[in-house]
Amino acid sequence: MTTLTEAPLNDADGLLPSKKKSSGGGLGTYILIRFFLIIPTIFILVTLVFFLMRVIGDPITAAQGGRLPPEALAQRIHDAGYDRPILVQYLEYVGQVATGNFGTTITDRRPVVEMIITFGTATLELAINALIVALVVGIPLGLISAYKRDKAPDAVLRFFAILCYATPVFFAGLLMKLAFSVWLGWLPVAGRASTRTELAMGSLAAPTGIYWLDALRSGNMAAFGDVAAHSVLPALTLGLLTAGVFLRLVRTNVIGTLGKDYVEAGRSRGVSNYRLVTKHAYKPALIPIITVMGLQIALLLGGAVLTESTFEWKGLGYQLVQYLNARDFVAVQGIVVMLAVIVAVTNFIVDVVAALIDPRVRY
Amino acid sequence: MNATKVSGRKQPLVYRLPVISHFRSSVGLQRGMLVTGMVLAAVFLLVAVFAPWIAPYGFAQLSDAAGPFPTQQPPSPAHIWGTTVGGYDVYSRVLWGAQTAAVVIIVAVAMSIFLGVALGLVSGYFGGWLDRVFVVVADAIYAFPSLLLAIVMSIVISHGQSSFWGGIVACSISISVVFVPQYFRVIRAETIRLKAEPYVESAKVVGASSIRIMGRHIFKNATRTLPLIFTLNASEAILTLAGLGFLGFGIEPTSAAEWGYDLNKAIADASSGIWWTGVYPGTAIVLTVLGLTLVGESINDLNDPRLRGRKKAVAGKGGPDSTAGAQAALEAESRVL
Repeated sequence: MTTLTEAPLNDADGLLPSKKKSSGGGLGTYILIRFFLIIPTIFILVTLVFFLMRVIGDPITAAQGGRLPPEALAQRIHDAGYDRPILVQYLEYVGQVATGNFGTTITDRRPVVEMIITFGTATLELAINALIVALVVGIPLGLISAYKRDKAPDAVLRFFAILCYATPVFFAGLLMKLAFSVWLGWLPVAGRASTRTELAMGSLAAPTGIYWLDALRSGNMAAFGDVAAHSVLPALTLGLLTAGVFLRLVRTNVIGTLGKDYVEAGRSRGVSNYRLVTKHAYKPALIPIITVMGLQIALLLGGAVLTESTFEWKGLGYQLVQYLNARDFVAVQGIVVMLAVIVAVTNFIVDVVAALIDPRVRY
Repeated sequence: MNATKVSGRKQPLVYRLPVISHFRSSVGLQRGMLVTGMVLAAVFLLVAVFAPWIAPYGFAQLSDAAGPFPTQQPPSPAHIWGTTVGGYDVYSRVLWGAQTAAVVIIVAVAMSIFLGVALGLVSGYFGGWLDRVFVVVADAIYAFPSLLLAIVMSIVISHGQSSFWGGIVACSISISVVFVPQYFRVIRAETIRLKAEPYVESAKVVGASSIRIMGRHIFKNATRTLPLIFTLNASEAILTLAGLGFLGFGIEPTSAAEWGYDLNKAIADASSGIWWTGVYPGTAIVLTVLGLTLVGESINDLNDPRLRGRKKAVAGKGGPDSTAGAQAALEAESRVL
């Protein structure tokens, strides 16, 4: 549940020409260097996860030990190549990952990539919903908080932000279930859609797996309403966690910009405080926020695992826990590596976007 | 920051002093936040220490002289916060849970501080390829969803099930894997900044050994932000522990009471309107994290009331070395949320 709001990862370490310095090298060089820095990050995580998972033994014994007779087990281990030296297996795995092959799950014998795509869409949908909630709630409240700095509304909002952080997502989810599903009966308790809707969408030619999109395409408004109703609570639960971070971030950054000389100059000319916040301080404050949003993806994914388990939202996180309990470590390894790639690529994209926006980098 | 620093220098009463001096320099809202946080944290600690005496039943107790406990019973005089689906007394488990949480925090944070500070000092002081390797690895871990890392670690260490101390150690190690890079970064940045200070150079000229310089001259100055990070990480440790427990990778219910595990069982209860199994342990988590976060946040605010100075570092201006201190403070602050 790490929540970090900091400038691009490797920047502080001198590995990367800092944005200021790259003014000479140009944007292209910056993007190129930044791109190649993804590779060691992913490589290290793949290595770490691979060896950690192998410390406890080979995946087949872990998943099926005790269930198969020893000879059959040994045969399967041999067939899968898990009796070879660990280094050979490691090199092979790295080679496979580099070509996009993550192996086959042990319990249900599905290609890991296919499994990840199937469940990944559900996680993507949840993450997008949550991000919308977080932005819609976090940014305006952060502006209000900065505008009313050190006054009562600011105190209340800051407390709200801390509360958002202090509440574990599964507890927030539990409270919302109790309030909106059980007591008020407004919203469904769990799942992504009711069975009837899933059947209705199942007849689509090429389902995207993103339910609200599928529901819209089926043209069935009842199905769309059903999908929307199901997504409210998970989105709120995960969104509020991130909203607290955004609120806090917008507040500190806007206050930071409000202290800049040009804002001071505006104030001395009699520009109103409201106008200073909304016109002068807001936009420059957004640049660091975009950078930090990239790091929030890690928080969002971690939170998604918990949210999905709370609401039986059948996405990557939910599936990860299922595979963990079944001790299917090939699947677990695949999901973890995939998430690492998502995080690394998101950080890269965010850095590039920040570089594009920030004029100090453009020239 | 200055006032704190000066008073800290004059009366070196080590660890408790930071909070006290912060209290003295606080006013109004900030003082309110600090006091609220301190009260909540104190209650948490007291409950943790005295749980065996306060709790009416053991955390894994299923029956008493009057016979086995009823299951899923609403709050009543015998079980003031009701009982769970497994027949545990909710009130007792919440109290015992504070003890588990406190022990895990202490073990986890102590381990991560030790490792993080040691690695940060060595890496920052010597630099070179070792430093590069450490930084790349730390960054890779740092960017990854920490809960996932903790899950992987806990499987590796405990294979899923464990005794009280086995579970505590497994959870603590899993959590500290997440924290070590954070301490590492802060200490490394500070070390790089301090290493250029004249007094370090003069120590070198006098012929002090590297170990002595690191241990005596740099360590003391580089670790001034640690009380702050400690409080913030303590709250994060509770959340990670609860997350692990919630997903079923924490401590077995018969070995220790753990809030996250209880909440996991409570999710199914919630659908049938049974609120007491989830609301109490959940509230315990929220209040504990809230208390620790308020203390951390107040310390941070009081360390540097002028938010403006720090914000410049956010905008990514200035070299890494010149803003190392500011970045450490900023990094710590941002971890509040």
